[in-house]
Amino acid sequence: MDGIDFDRIEVGQDLEPLVKPAIEKVQVVKYAGASGDFNLIHIDDEAARNVGLPGVIVHGMLTMGFLGQLAGQLAGSKGLVRRLQVRFLGMVVPGDILTCRAKVINKDESQRTVDLAVSAERELGKAVAAGEITLKFPK
Amino acid sequence: MRIDSSLVGLKGKEKIFEVEKGAIRAFARAIGDDNPLYNVESYAKEHGYSSIVAPPTFPITNFVPMPFQFDPKWSLHASQEYIYERPIVAGDVLRCNGEVVEVYDRQGKLGRMTFVVMEEKGEDLEGSLVFRVKKTLIFRQKEDEDGWN
Repeated sequence: MDGIDFDRIEVGQDLEPLVKPAIEKVQVVKYAGASGDFNLIHIDDEAARNVGLPGVIVHGMLTMGFLGQLAGQLAGSKGLVRRLQVRFLGMVVPGDILTCRAKVINKDESQRTVDLAVSAERELGKAVAAGEITLKFPK
Repeated sequence: MRIDSSLVGLKGKEKIFEVEKGAIRAFARAIGDDNPLYNVESYAKEHGYSSIVAPPTFPITNFVPMPFQFDPKWSLHASQEYIYERPIVAGDVLRCNGEVVEVYDRQGKLGRMTFVVMEEKGEDLEGSLVFRVKKTLIFRQKEDEDGWN
């Protein structure tokens, strides 16, 4: 868990993606319990269908949690996840396999920060969530 | 209550967020995040933290109610942003406040949609800012009713 090396990182670089295992229904229920979001559209297929959804959908915040996992891995044990910003673009359902990607878009030598464009994709190029991460590294 | 610009400036009730080790571990486990900083106290301490560290989306576990009534079935989560001055660690006691900062309408595929932007901040008991959250929710108007839920 030593994260990226600030001195070697370059603008334009694609970082190692994080591929999450297929999301199981039980994981969504666990996330509901751990986060306190018990909206039935995430837990009960019938309740989800009653409001026009195909069945239960995954919490957007769980997808953001995966991007947070990637942010924490890249920050390592000494870096700070200074900012994590995500726009939710599409529905995620149980069974989906998400790949979290990060690309360096800015590097500030004096602040020792890097900005990353990030996305969670179900298929290559089809983002269900996208945003930016700022990591700050100690001297 | 109508969801319109009259909500701007509305503040939620202050809430105390007591950060517990067990809650951090359960949250990291639900995400499937095995980062040792979130799970192993001795590892976190070796790296200079007073206890295990919370993942960046952990403040979601501190449910800060919106300062207005709405039907969650008719809302969508558009975006979320966290900004940290330092990481949250187990043992923190944080004072959290939320406020509606912006309301605007957009015409979308599903008809008129109203965007509500909320900002929340968490400070330690000495008053130092620890984190900020910016959340945007979309409210859809029901087709068969005039009012909003």
